[in-house]
Amino acid sequence: MCFPRDAREVQAAVRAAQHHGVPFVARGSGTGLAGGATPLDDALVIVMSQMDRILEIDPRSRTAWVEPGVLNLDLSRAAAPHGLHYAPDPSSQQACSIGGNVGTNAGGPHCLASGTTTAHVLAVDAVLADGTATRIGGARPDEPGYDLRGVYVGSEGTLGVTTGVLVRLLPDPPAVRTLLLDFTSIDDAATTVSGIIAEGILPAALEMMDAQITRAVEDFVGAGYPRDAEAVLLVELDGLPDGVTAQALAIDEIGRTHGARTVRVARDEAERELLWKGRKSAFGAIARIAPDYYLHDAVVPRTQLVGVLRRIYEIAAEQRLTMMNVFHAGDGNLHPLIVFDRREPGTWERVHHAGTEILEACIAAGGVLSGEHGIGVEKRDLMGRLFSPIDLDAQARLVEAFDPSGLANPRKVLPAGSRCGELAGTRPVPEGTWI
Amino acid sequence: MDLTATAAPIVDAVRAAAAVEPVGARTHAEVGNQVRSEHATTAVGVPAGIVRHDVADLTVTVLAGTPVAVLDAALAEHRQRVPLQPRDSTATIGGVLATGLSGPTRLGDGPLRDHLLEVRFVTGYGALVRGGGPTVKNVTGYDLPRLLVGSMGTLGVLVQVTLRCRPEPGVTEWWSTASPPGELFECLFRPAAILADSRQTLVCLAGDAADVAVGRAVLRDRIAVDGACLPDGPHRGRISVPPNELGALTAALDRIDGVDRDDGTWLAEWGVGTVHVAYADAQQLAAARGIAERHGGWLLREAGGEADPSGAPFDGFGAAWSGSGTANGELHTRIKRAFDPDGKLAPGRFG
Repeated sequence: MCFPRDAREVQAAVRAAQHHGVPFVARGSGTGLAGGATPLDDALVIVMSQMDRILEIDPRSRTAWVEPGVLNLDLSRAAAPHGLHYAPDPSSQQACSIGGNVGTNAGGPHCLASGTTTAHVLAVDAVLADGTATRIGGARPDEPGYDLRGVYVGSEGTLGVTTGVLVRLLPDPPAVRTLLLDFTSIDDAATTVSGIIAEGILPAALEMMDAQITRAVEDFVGAGYPRDAEAVLLVELDGLPDGVTAQALAIDEIGRTHGARTVRVARDEAERELLWKGRKSAFGAIARIAPDYYLHDAVVPRTQLVGVLRRIYEIAAEQRLTMMNVFHAGDGNLHPLIVFDRREPGTWERVHHAGTEILEACIAAGGVLSGEHGIGVEKRDLMGRLFSPIDLDAQARLVEAFDPSGLANPRKVLPAGSRCGELAGTRPVPEGTWI
Repeated sequence: MDLTATAAPIVDAVRAAAAVEPVGARTHAEVGNQVRSEHATTAVGVPAGIVRHDVADLTVTVLAGTPVAVLDAALAEHRQRVPLQPRDSTATIGGVLATGLSGPTRLGDGPLRDHLLEVRFVTGYGALVRGGGPTVKNVTGYDLPRLLVGSMGTLGVLVQVTLRCRPEPGVTEWWSTASPPGELFECLFRPAAILADSRQTLVCLAGDAADVAVGRAVLRDRIAVDGACLPDGPHRGRISVPPNELGALTAALDRIDGVDRDDGTWLAEWGVGTVHVAYADAQQLAAARGIAERHGGWLLREAGGEADPSGAPFDGFGAAWSGSGTANGELHTRIKRAFDPDGKLAPGRFG
C-alpha cells in the first residue's frame, strides 16, 4: 500500500508495480459498493487520500481542477462562495472522493436533470498502466480524436490511475422547492413517477421511499415523514421562481390524480434540509433494524417501475427477507436494500439468491445491471446476462488497448474469458469481498 | 426484421472489402480528412427507420441511416426532440453521431455524446457489437457509445442507436440583442444558447413562459429572430477553444486578411467554446486555424480548404492532432487496431 502525494509519485508506484509484474489498484475513500477498488491478487493499493487539494476554481468558465482525493461535498462547499456547485451528489458525498466518482461514473439524486459524473468531467490527468502520464479530454468543448475521456470515466481504475480532474460546476438555482408526496399504495407512487416524466417535467431530483424505509428513517431522524404511508416521493424542483411554482402546481395535480394522500411543500430551507436528511440517512437508519445490509443498484425503463417493484417484493417474500426500497425513481434507478443478519444460518445464501433474481427481473424488463455504483467484482460475473460474448470481447479489446499488461486493477468489470482466447481465471473472488 | 438480419449485408460488406467508407447522406463527407486508401473503397450504407419510440420513457431507437428530419418530425408529434441539429437535416443520424458535431444549442442541451444511450455497430473485424444500454442512466460496462461519437466511422459502422429524447420546452424564443454575450452568460439562468458574431448577440430562451419572460427582460435592444444562422461559405470549419479565450480569439478572427467585420464569418457559442467559421477563400480558413491554435484551440475542417497554398492537402484536424509519439496518439492507434485490426474502416479519416 502506498500514499502518493503527487502525480510523479503515482507514476513511480505504477512503474514499480510494472517492474515487478504486480497488479495495482487505486483507492479513494473506499465507499464504492461494487468492490471496484478491492485489491485482488495481492495488488499494490495506491491510496489517493493524500492528494486532496482543490487546485483552482475558475468562476468565469465555471470549472475547477481538483486532485482525486478531494471529497465530493468539499468541492461543492469550496465552490459555494462563487454561487456554483458540483452536481453529482452520491449519498456518500461527505466521504467519497472525486477520483472515486470518476472511477465509478457516480450518480446521486441530483443526476436526474444534470447527468452522472461523465457529464461533469471535462478532463482527467491520468497515469496509464505503462506509467505514462497524460491528459485525457480538456477545457475545450471537443478534442480531436476519440472521446478517451468518455471511455475513461466509469472504467473503475482498469485503464489508469487518476491524478487530477477538471470538473464542470453549475450555477446555483435562484429558486428551489422540495415536495413530499405520500401514498397509500406503492403502485400509485410509481405511476406518479411515470406520470411526471411523461408530462415532460424534469425535476432536479425525484426520489422514492417505500413504507419500511420511510418508518425506519422517521424513527431515526424525525424528518416528519408520514409513518403510515405505503410510499413517499421526494421531489425537488429548481430554476427560476415562476417556473418552479408552475411545476410544483403541476406535480401536485399529477400526484393527486394518481392517488397522493397529501402533498407537503417545504416552507423554508430548514424544512427542506430536514426532508433531505431523511432521504440521505436511509442507510444509517437501517442499522437499527439489522446488523447487515446489501444494497443493490439497477436501472429499468421508468414505465416498468410498477411491475418490477412488485416482482422485487415477491422475491423478498419467496426468500423470507426484509426488503426496502429507497431509490432514484425519476431515472428508473432502483436500489433494493436487503436487511439481514448474516449470523443466521442460510441467510447469506438467500440474500445472494434474491440479489441475482432482482437483477434478472430488471434485465427482463429491459433494464441494466448498474446505474451508478459500477460493476467491480460484485456484478462482473453477471455481465454475460446483459452482453453477448461478442459484446464483451469488444469491451475487453478496449481495455487491452489501454492496458496491454493487464496489471491495472485486473479482474474487475469484465468476467474472465471475455477476450476471445483469454484463459479463464482460476482463483475465485473471496465471498463477501464487496460488503 | 431482427437486427442481425438487418446488419447482415453490412457485416458481409465489411468482411469482403479491403477498405470501407460508411456512408449516410454524404452531408458530412468533407468533415475532418477524406477517406484515402491504396485499395478500392467500398461505400457501405445503412438502412433507415424508426424502430421504437418509447414516448413515456423519452427514448427512441432508430436505424442509423434514418435522416434527422424524419426523426425530428416523428418526435414532434409527441412534443419531444433529440437536439442533433445538423446544418442540413437530410443528414443521417449515424452521420451526425459519427462526426460528433453538436448543434447551436449545446449550451442548454449538452454535447452530442450525452444524447446517445445505446449503440449497435459493425466492427472492422466484421462483428455486430452492442454497447451501452437502453435506459437513461447506465454504468454497466465500458462506455462504447461515447467512444463512437465523433469516431468518424473509423471504429465501426453505426447500425442502430437508442437516443435520449427531451420534452419540447413550453416556449422557445430566439432574440437578437445588443447585450454583450459575456454579460448574458453571467446573468441568464440556463439559457438554451448564447451566440455572438461581430455585430450582435443571439440568444435562445426555452422553458416555462414566465421564466422565458424573465430572461427576455434583460436583453437590450432586442429583436425577435427565427433562429441561429450559422456562417456559410465554401470553406468552413469549427474551432474548439477554452471558453475563456473566446473574446481574444474572435477579435483576432476579425483581423484576417480580406475579412470584413460585417460579413458574419464567425459565430461563437458562449459558455461552450465552439466557434463556427466560413470563408470565401481557403487561405482564410487556414488563417483561422492558425489563430485557433495560438489561442489553445483547434479547427476541425467541415468543408472546403482544398487550395492550401503549400499544395499539401488541408489537414482536417491541424496541429492539434498529434498522432504518433504522444501517449494519447498511441492510445488512438491501439484503440483503432482493437476495433479495426486490418485498418479497413474509413482509412485516412483521422491523422
